[in-house]
Amino acid sequence: MAETLSSTLTFDLAAEGVRELNRMLHDPQLIAPTPQPARLTVLNPGGKHAIAVGIDGPWEVEIDGHVGYYCAGMNQHATVRIRGNCGVGVAENMMSGQVIVEGSASQAAGATARGGLLVICGDASARCGISLKGADIVVRGSVGHMSAFMAQKGALVVCGDAGDALGDSLYEARLYVRGKVAGLGADCIEKEMRAEHLVQVSGLLGAAGFEDLDPADFRRYGSARRLYNFHVDNAGSY
Amino acid sequence: MLRESATFDRAAIAEIQRAAREGIYDIRGFGAKRRVPHFDDLLFLGASVSRYPLEGYRERCSTDVLIGTRFAREPVQLDIPITIAGMSFGALSGPAKEALGRGASEVGTSTTTGDGGMTPEEREHSTKLVYQLLPSRYGMNPTDLRRADAIEVVVGQGAKPGGGGMLLGHKISDRVAEMRDLPAGIDQRSACRHPDWTGPDDLEIKIQELREITDWRIPIYIKIGASRTYYDVALAVKAGADAIVLDGMQGGTAATQEVFIEHVGIPILAAIPQAVESLVDLGMHREVQLIVSGGIRTGADVAKALALGADAVSIGVGALIALGDNSPAFDQEYRAIGSAAGYYDDWQAGQDPAGISTQDPELAARLDPIEGGRRVANYLRVLALETQTLARACGKSHVRNLEPEDLVALTVEAAAMARVPLAGTSWIPGSGSLGA
Repeated sequence: MAETLSSTLTFDLAAEGVRELNRMLHDPQLIAPTPQPARLTVLNPGGKHAIAVGIDGPWEVEIDGHVGYYCAGMNQHATVRIRGNCGVGVAENMMSGQVIVEGSASQAAGATARGGLLVICGDASARCGISLKGADIVVRGSVGHMSAFMAQKGALVVCGDAGDALGDSLYEARLYVRGKVAGLGADCIEKEMRAEHLVQVSGLLGAAGFEDLDPADFRRYGSARRLYNFHVDNAGSY
Repeated sequence: MLRESATFDRAAIAEIQRAAREGIYDIRGFGAKRRVPHFDDLLFLGASVSRYPLEGYRERCSTDVLIGTRFAREPVQLDIPITIAGMSFGALSGPAKEALGRGASEVGTSTTTGDGGMTPEEREHSTKLVYQLLPSRYGMNPTDLRRADAIEVVVGQGAKPGGGGMLLGHKISDRVAEMRDLPAGIDQRSACRHPDWTGPDDLEIKIQELREITDWRIPIYIKIGASRTYYDVALAVKAGADAIVLDGMQGGTAATQEVFIEHVGIPILAAIPQAVESLVDLGMHREVQLIVSGGIRTGADVAKALALGADAVSIGVGALIALGDNSPAFDQEYRAIGSAAGYYDDWQAGQDPAGISTQDPELAARLDPIEGGRRVANYLRVLALETQTLARACGKSHVRNLEPEDLVALTVEAAAMARVPLAGTSWIPGSGSLGA
């Protein structure tokens, strides 16, 4: 049972299950009457999977420890802060809201996310932002190989380095990397950093709380758009 | 005397000439066109002295089936064991999707979204709608997930196990592009692997997430293309599926390479016994429901699939033909685009005169969704009636009671694949574990 400590609820995953937690977060009665966001602290997450998934309301959730797969998956409107590391697919298919990972993230962070902001204060592993569909991702550290694979819309800002095959088969997503890029994927090229891109990076760094970094230090990567329509002359690219 | 080569026949010669001319592999729709062992190679024995039939016009033979009884609080109740397979808005026109929903709803069965998300028209006209979660995740969102009656995690399809999808640029209209978050007019590729899980252990966790998002209310199916069926079914059960959707190599596709359609996967006839054996070995037959597809055309096909152990079937190509695909009424127009009624398979091209596999507004407007829905409902009713006819002939008061013992095979191959005796013998070739 959730307990109320001042105006913040607490939920102890050592005492009750993920199913009860999510059911509570899906309960419209808990968020409907209050003009302020409902606040919840989750204790003892213990690396459990599917914590705080499918939220559809203005919750502010803090998770005090490490989480497993798909934490904050398909989030809508909520702000979810993870005070630890997270497993595969954090904030996958997020629609809106914010997810902040204070540690590092495993593979496929922000996969297919459509809206909102994912901030990773540590590193992100392979396939960060895979099939991104409109959300923004800011990674303070580095990202692994195949990040932004087939990314369609949105932005991936990497303050550290990027692994191999960055932006492979990219569509219209924008990629910004401050450090080294081990290699670009098929149809991904470096592009000019124009004023509008500096503004975008500056805004995203500010939203992520990384104002200490200079947007001018980032380089932009995007799609060459050579593979948008299949042509046999490009067969070697596949 | 002119003599055609059996190896380099006219089709093979034409394909070599086409490849040399165009420099790209052939992409088409429909499904496998080669002859493979199929339900036609099985017969029902019917009843006689040793078996007691039911009266066709008096005695009841039920057809209802409940899908998703393992974990879901609200399983899908179907009046007939024949569902409409997943086909995308994008591959199909809006009126075609609406018509499929109307037809399925009229006879109390489900229809399925596809690679492109759920349209409002589809939801409105489908009383039971299965929402697919595909590798591309085009159009995926939690609101539609919660509006669905079931979720189908698509691992593969029979026409192309191991392959992704594609929708060529001329079918990417503004609406389709918006639903898929893509620029209009580009060739849209659908990934062959899911972006956020990579194996059966991950899949189990993915399914847990989907159940948590939907509060364990609706069933979760896993769809696989028929290939290593025994093991794939076992892993899908282990991952937590409520139901398995098993699509044989004859299953349809909107756009796939010809070489993939004709050369990957196994016939549904061979796959069903493997799936059933896997479920039986796990003690899950009838606990995890088995829905099979890939070449279902008639009530005889439905009845034979059920007799081999399926709980329901799914139809795609048959439903499109019921809507008007390949109709002789369009023969002149098919010929104008290099095909003919009965042969048309360029569903990828978006020029469908029947208004089904197109996003051209003028062509799509040719299909009246109400009339189309009626034709689909008629077809589904005929399939159900034919299935009941055969079940009664075998003495069954429910179509689910059909069993392999009711069947014999006409060929050695079919006997071995279906694990029923060659007609007139007690010989089932290839005894031993199907999974080995």
